[in-house]
Amino acid sequence: MLRATFRTALAHKGRLALSALAVVLGVAFVAGTYVFTDTLQRTFGDLFDTVQPDVVVAAAGADGQVVDDETASLPASAADVLAGVDGVAASAGTVQTTGVTLIDADGEPVGTVGPPTLGVSWNDEPALSPLRLVEGRGPQSRDEIAIDTEAYESGGFVVGDTVRVLTPGPSLQVELVGVFRFGTSGNLAGATLTAFDPQTAQQVLLGGERWTAVQAVAEDGVSPDELADAAREAFAQSDLPAVLVQTGEEAQDEAAADITDGLGFITNFLLVFAGVALFVGGFIIVNTFSVLIARRTRELALLRAVGASRRQVTLSVLVEAFLVGLVGGVVGLALGVGLAIGLRALFGLFGVDIPAGTLVVLPRTVLASLLIGVVLTMAAAWFPARRAGTVAPVAALRDDAVLPTRSLRRRTVVGTAVTVAGAGALALGLLGSVPNAIVVVGAGILAVFVGAALLSAVVGGVAMGVLGAPFMRTTVGRLAVRNAQRDRRRTAATAGALMIGLSLVTMIGVLGSSSTRSVEATIADAVRADFIVTSATFQPFTPEVGDAIEAVDGVDVVSRLAVTPVTLSGGQASSTGDTPASSSATGVDPDTIEQVVALDVTEGSLGELRDGAVAIDTETADARGLAVGDVVTIEWSTESREYEVVATYAAAGPLTGAVVTRAELSDVGVPPQDNTVYVTAEDGVDAAELRPTLDDVLAPYPIVTLQDQTQLVEQVRGQVNQLLSLVYALLGLAVVIAVLGIVNTLLLSVLERTREIGLLRAVGMGRRQVRRTVRIEAALISVFGALLGIGLGLVFGVAIQQTLVDDGITELAVPWTLIAVVLAVSALVGVLAAIIPARRAANLDVLAAIATE
Amino acid sequence: MDDSAEGLVAQAVDLVKVYGGGGTEVRALDGVSVAFPRRQFTAIMGPSGSGKSTLMHCMAGLDTATSGQARLGEWNLTALSDDALTRLRRDRVGFVFQAFNLVPTLTAAENITLPLDIAGRPVDRAWLSLVVEAVGLSDRLDHRPSQLSGGQQQRVACARALVTRPDIIFADEPTGNLDSRSGSEVLGLLRASVDEYGQAVVMVTHDANAASYADRVLFLSDGRITDELADPTPESVAERMIHLDPGPGG
Repeated sequence: MLRATFRTALAHKGRLALSALAVVLGVAFVAGTYVFTDTLQRTFGDLFDTVQPDVVVAAAGADGQVVDDETASLPASAADVLAGVDGVAASAGTVQTTGVTLIDADGEPVGTVGPPTLGVSWNDEPALSPLRLVEGRGPQSRDEIAIDTEAYESGGFVVGDTVRVLTPGPSLQVELVGVFRFGTSGNLAGATLTAFDPQTAQQVLLGGERWTAVQAVAEDGVSPDELADAAREAFAQSDLPAVLVQTGEEAQDEAAADITDGLGFITNFLLVFAGVALFVGGFIIVNTFSVLIARRTRELALLRAVGASRRQVTLSVLVEAFLVGLVGGVVGLALGVGLAIGLRALFGLFGVDIPAGTLVVLPRTVLASLLIGVVLTMAAAWFPARRAGTVAPVAALRDDAVLPTRSLRRRTVVGTAVTVAGAGALALGLLGSVPNAIVVVGAGILAVFVGAALLSAVVGGVAMGVLGAPFMRTTVGRLAVRNAQRDRRRTAATAGALMIGLSLVTMIGVLGSSSTRSVEATIADAVRADFIVTSATFQPFTPEVGDAIEAVDGVDVVSRLAVTPVTLSGGQASSTGDTPASSSATGVDPDTIEQVVALDVTEGSLGELRDGAVAIDTETADARGLAVGDVVTIEWSTESREYEVVATYAAAGPLTGAVVTRAELSDVGVPPQDNTVYVTAEDGVDAAELRPTLDDVLAPYPIVTLQDQTQLVEQVRGQVNQLLSLVYALLGLAVVIAVLGIVNTLLLSVLERTREIGLLRAVGMGRRQVRRTVRIEAALISVFGALLGIGLGLVFGVAIQQTLVDDGITELAVPWTLIAVVLAVSALVGVLAAIIPARRAANLDVLAAIATE
Repeated sequence: MDDSAEGLVAQAVDLVKVYGGGGTEVRALDGVSVAFPRRQFTAIMGPSGSGKSTLMHCMAGLDTATSGQARLGEWNLTALSDDALTRLRRDRVGFVFQAFNLVPTLTAAENITLPLDIAGRPVDRAWLSLVVEAVGLSDRLDHRPSQLSGGQQQRVACARALVTRPDIIFADEPTGNLDSRSGSEVLGLLRASVDEYGQAVVMVTHDANAASYADRVLFLSDGRITDELADPTPESVAERMIHLDPGPGG
């Protein structure tokens, strides 16, 4: 029996290869994602292993974890506390913040797209710093810096150059005195590093005697864990705010994990697409096996007639599926390794220097790839295999043996049930409050897909009749339409594969255009200023920018926003109580903020903002049960202070969380820096005329951009579109798999209809007409799939948009152009998919096709 | 229609068909010369592998001869392209096969007019109803082939072969899968197409009784015409076959 199975599998290797291909792409995504992340983890793990203090102490947030923000810091006295711990051999404070940008000789910033530009403190003690000099020396005064090798090369600097450095504080003219590596790598995961001497780093980057973290190495004989315990005790007894003490290894692991997570958004992204690809692939496998079994009915019946049991026949088909899955898994794994190499190269293009090491293919990756390939294929082949077992032995003796056709009633019932259940899950996930809502929504969408695919067989006959109506006038068209109607299950499964990819495209399209439209509406509603200044990377920038604009003639209002992370507590709502929670504090100019931003102040007035007063966004206020007149506590990185709530406002644009005066921010020791600057022209001054002057004034600060409202909208639209194109590109792969499915189905139908085509050719049908028949059938199937997909995608998209109205996606915009393109492309894709099957049909040997024996 | 002097519709001149090459060469037709005049019903008989089907395929433009001429009207089939052969089959030739005669997705009526529809030619309604009447399928026209009996299916095939008013109809074992009553109906139809509509019919068969409907019987053996019998009866055909075929089988 087993030998017969192998023989059969070999005999059908062409068909089976197509099925395997359907598995391959999905598996390749999974394997590629694993290999890429494992490799990243390994290389960054290695990177950090080369440099490791024994204990690292950093500021802790409300949850006791490290504050995920570069401006969080510790008082300088933390270094003294750590130095005083028994067992410490050496200790030092370190500084690391974002927004420090090198300007090259052309006045252009070095490496500001994507990875952050970091400012760090220099330390000559190798145990306390990961920076390794390769040229020159470390910076020793306020007038000196050292930079990483990648920045050194891409900026075209020479040691001894005078370099302009933009910081969130002042802009500096300094001498480049040294070049260093980060551990074994040129830079830190693509980040540009600029090192200052420790005192300068403190003053310029943290605005005073503070450290981002303090670290220590242990004396001989003291383990890192012992030292960490001792340090924890010492800090608990000190009067310093909460800190997190970690061993060097823990801190490094976390840092490495942070980097992988940071790059790892792509991981989740790819895994989702792997899922889509596998799901679509499943449809194709079901189809291929169904058709193969239909074609082999006589052969299977013969097996039954000579004594094979029903189970043996089913098993033989499953073994065949196992082989296909195994082959698909192996090939997918190999392709996945290639994908990982490609991803690494892609990151390299974007300036992320991933150290070239060997690719890490863990046993888990191999196992997962093979398992996914085998399990998916066997699961998809399960129903066809069961059906194979039901072939009656007598079918072997009949000339026109066909599998018994089954009624679609069960399918209708099951399809409806699954669709309703899926829609229910979707509604629950979107409207209800369930944990893991995204998983529930995903499962709902999946179920609706399966249900819709099942039901599409029921409506397929009618749909084909409607879609095919224009073709019914000619025999060629009529044959094509009837062929598409002939096996409704097969047509449904083929169209279903295409449906999935296209419905996701439509859904993403609806969400994308709705978000863009909503942002446009928000900007139009909320922004009153003529110009907005932000940095390209949304990092804070120097107050010099605002100062320079204030000096321009014709400028009326310059209003600035500065944002810093804080911990907020206070209020009496039972759900939140007064538990501290991470939030952000925005410093504004209370007199001008409402002239540049249209704020919906629900209670109180922003004009009341003064020292000791705060405005809170309504969502936070509601959650905490806060009203005007209540008192909240804000824990700054330096100290805690109490504030009276003087206003609540609806969060809009950049404004959210606690709002205080800018004066308050500098009073609590937040280094002076701005995140946004709003500019309005004086009455009677045309904003457009002001523009050239403003551009000139900002020329020395290439990291900031000046935009009017139109440009702001354009920028947002550009960002959304960029994201969308990436998503479309990946969904395109799902469509490619679906197209393979169409090719597969058509090839099989052509094979199945060999005699029929032979007859048509004998009674005078030309080759061109035969090809046309196949092409029309393909186009009908793919347009049917596209219509199903677009319909479902619209439903999903609108449903999700409606539930996101409160989260800012207020406008619904349906991308009709995109939908029209999808429809046109799918018809074209059908025709293209028909090329090979049509040629095969047209070139059939007429004599062989009609030969009776 | 061709009005050549002899009233010939089709003609084979020294027709040779060789399959394979080298050591496995098979001469399916070994210099066959034969003429098929209008208004004549010819049966071709012979043992399996005698070349009778090959002869029919070559004459019908389904297969290409290795040498010699297969003439249909004024055309020499061996010189025609695939497209031209296709058009010729569509417009000048009718076919009735043993099985799989009909396109399962088309109704009986659509199957009958298939060659005309493929050609994009208008259907002569009067002629169509005459043909449908003759094959006795007026009440079955909307049925799909799967709803028709084997005999009905063959009658639809006959109607299809007649509807284009071809010069010649080729029938390959048209009664092979039928019971004797359905078989006689189909043979009667072929007979009528010769007598009433003036077509030439060429039928390959194993069945002496079927052959007796023909005007003459050609006997083929090893790719050559070995005998010819005019005005056959079942008995005379059977007798001739016994002499012809020394081996077992028919």
